[in-house]
Amino acid sequence: MRTLIKGGQVIDPGRLNRIADVLIEDGKIQLIDTNLQATLKNPESVTIIDAEGLIVCPGFIDLHVHFREPGFEYKETIATGVDSAVAGGFTTVCCMPNTSPVNDSQSITEFILRQAKIADKAHVFPIGAITKGSKGEELAEIGELHQAGCVAISDDGIPVMNSLVMRRAMEYARAFDLPVVDHCEDSHLSAGGAMNEGFVSTELGIPGIPNAAEEVMVARNIFLAELTQSRLHLPHVSTIGSVRLLREAKERGVSVTAEACPHHFTLTDEAVRNFDTNAKMNPPLRTDADVQAVKEALKDGSIDIIATDHAPHAVYEKQRQFDNAPFGIIGLETALSLTLSLVEESVLTLEQAIAKLTCEPGRVFNLPFGTLTVGAEADVALIDPKISWTLDPNRLRSKSRNTPFAGWNLKGKVVKTLVGGQVVYEAD
Amino acid sequence: MSLKRKDLLSISSLSAEEIDLILEASEPFKEVSGREIKKVPVLRGKTVVNLFFEPSTRTRTSFELAAKRLSADVINFSPSSSSVVKGETLLDTARNIESMQADIIVLRHSSSGAAEMLAKNVRSSVINAGDGWHEHPTQGLLDLFTIKEKKGTFVNLKVAIVGDVSHSRVARSDIHALVKMGAEVRVVGPPTMIPPFIQRMGVKVFSNFDEALPGVDVIIMLRLQLERQGRSLFPSMREYAKLYGLNVERVQRTGTDLLVMHPGPINRGVEISHEVADSCQTAILDQVSNGVAVRMGLMYLLSQLQ
Repeated sequence: MRTLIKGGQVIDPGRLNRIADVLIEDGKIQLIDTNLQATLKNPESVTIIDAEGLIVCPGFIDLHVHFREPGFEYKETIATGVDSAVAGGFTTVCCMPNTSPVNDSQSITEFILRQAKIADKAHVFPIGAITKGSKGEELAEIGELHQAGCVAISDDGIPVMNSLVMRRAMEYARAFDLPVVDHCEDSHLSAGGAMNEGFVSTELGIPGIPNAAEEVMVARNIFLAELTQSRLHLPHVSTIGSVRLLREAKERGVSVTAEACPHHFTLTDEAVRNFDTNAKMNPPLRTDADVQAVKEALKDGSIDIIATDHAPHAVYEKQRQFDNAPFGIIGLETALSLTLSLVEESVLTLEQAIAKLTCEPGRVFNLPFGTLTVGAEADVALIDPKISWTLDPNRLRSKSRNTPFAGWNLKGKVVKTLVGGQVVYEAD
Repeated sequence: MSLKRKDLLSISSLSAEEIDLILEASEPFKEVSGREIKKVPVLRGKTVVNLFFEPSTRTRTSFELAAKRLSADVINFSPSSSSVVKGETLLDTARNIESMQADIIVLRHSSSGAAEMLAKNVRSSVINAGDGWHEHPTQGLLDLFTIKEKKGTFVNLKVAIVGDVSHSRVARSDIHALVKMGAEVRVVGPPTMIPPFIQRMGVKVFSNFDEALPGVDVIIMLRLQLERQGRSLFPSMREYAKLYGLNVERVQRTGTDLLVMHPGPINRGVEISHEVADSCQTAILDQVSNGVAVRMGLMYLLSQLQ
């Protein structure tokens, strides 16, 4: 089975950035060069995809999604989750273990992998729990989780508050070369908080989560990573102080990687002014100074990747009073457009932006995806960078609708996604 | 005249002109409460529902009296005794009430933003009787009414708001109201109880009560919620009273004919000493009667839109 993607601007960050044709055979990248159509043997049996005016790049990798299965299938399932993923150009996703039951065992990991195989759309790699039940007390059977197929460990949603437990988890994970992803939040400092602590929370009378709640744990985790020589990955970095700590740690050579979510480089806590629960997530939207710092960090590489923290919740759950509504917003289908804004603003070049969604996440979790090298899986995203579209939440592929970008005019969209050479998404 | 808005959710959303309108409209209703037959037919045939998710006798009674004196039919709904315990959401409860054709819903809720959420989802007029720490607009209005009555003007009046500002919807509404009307506002309290960046609301911040006092014309003392002790906000009632309690010495330290106000209920001996509480300088009881008048004026204005 052969497919030829013709005439697009092929961007394989660090390797290629020119107009070329991409030949796919048996689900793998066969060849990338100009004028390939002329050289094809049996051209009638080749599927041609016209990519003129489009960007052709590796399918994106999201190291941070919540697919809610098992246990919360009313919010999202693995099937609807990968549907949403490929609609956003993501061909590989890593799903967090805060399901019900928590993914702290081989059986849950295998269940997730099985469901992903049945859905047959994107590659799904589970992230296993750090502690049993994510209770923060006893180590989960990390070795078994690794063998079952987990690519990292995290208790995401909750921090591992006990520093000794975190130390032991980092040391233990080293045996399997697993990255440890800690949700950086001092739960005492953040207790009761529903939004960023700042002028907006003061005016609205909503309990706030100060920047320091994230920063004290970023600092702690960096020191522990140094002590244990382990691989630390910091999810959803949102503050200027966290960025400062990251920069300094990297300069010192600490093995730490970090991600930023599109909402943290697009919105501030002003988005919460009218108590919009679709702008409520954890860590919360911060101030303009923090947003600028996150952008700077993406630019200078202190923050390695972009991830969505796609966190679906039912409409009726978000229709509660602000302090009562659950934290989280979806993000798979808006990530690309919001990332392209960074290119518009000259924060990143187009190639850098794509790298943050492809080869960089691949590197951070050692995943064999995110590039278009010959022999690689033909996971490809075709992007129309010029198209303008309005986000209609009802047309999202996700089961849930909790996005703060409803009604926004966005620029740039994924028009086609291939996994293993098969088209799994086509924009209508 | 009418307010040209469906709801009264906050002081921050009101213009100075609208505030003037409400205060003026409330004047004649104060007189009604002094009559032998305390009734005017303004809201006859209308239904007012008090939807109080937080217990409150004084505010609820005040709204109830106000609505009844306007001849409305009043229902009191306290969800501790109803379906909310069974898991019904705020919106569902409200929609049920709206289906009974409530013209005005008075909402008190422990969540900031609850009144705004309700107002967006029901056709009835919604009056915010206190939402979390956010606002208590009718308290702000009756405080303004009382100050106007006693001091004649707001412009350049020095007003101190003292106590647990962080957790006080009364403080927020008062700050918006007073700053909008031209007063000079000082907030006083232990740093643990002053929310960050509050200076941006146009107030001066003091953590030393005695330093804040000279020249103050009006003091609004906030109730210390005793349940907050034990959460590292203040070490003891004893120390709080010593540092932030209003006593006779502090009243004299202002050097003015100080007006003492308090939204109630007062903690005698904590934020306000017995002597001051019983002195003729307090307008606490006037606040209560003005509260009924202001709520009558407000409901009158909202009903004019319908």
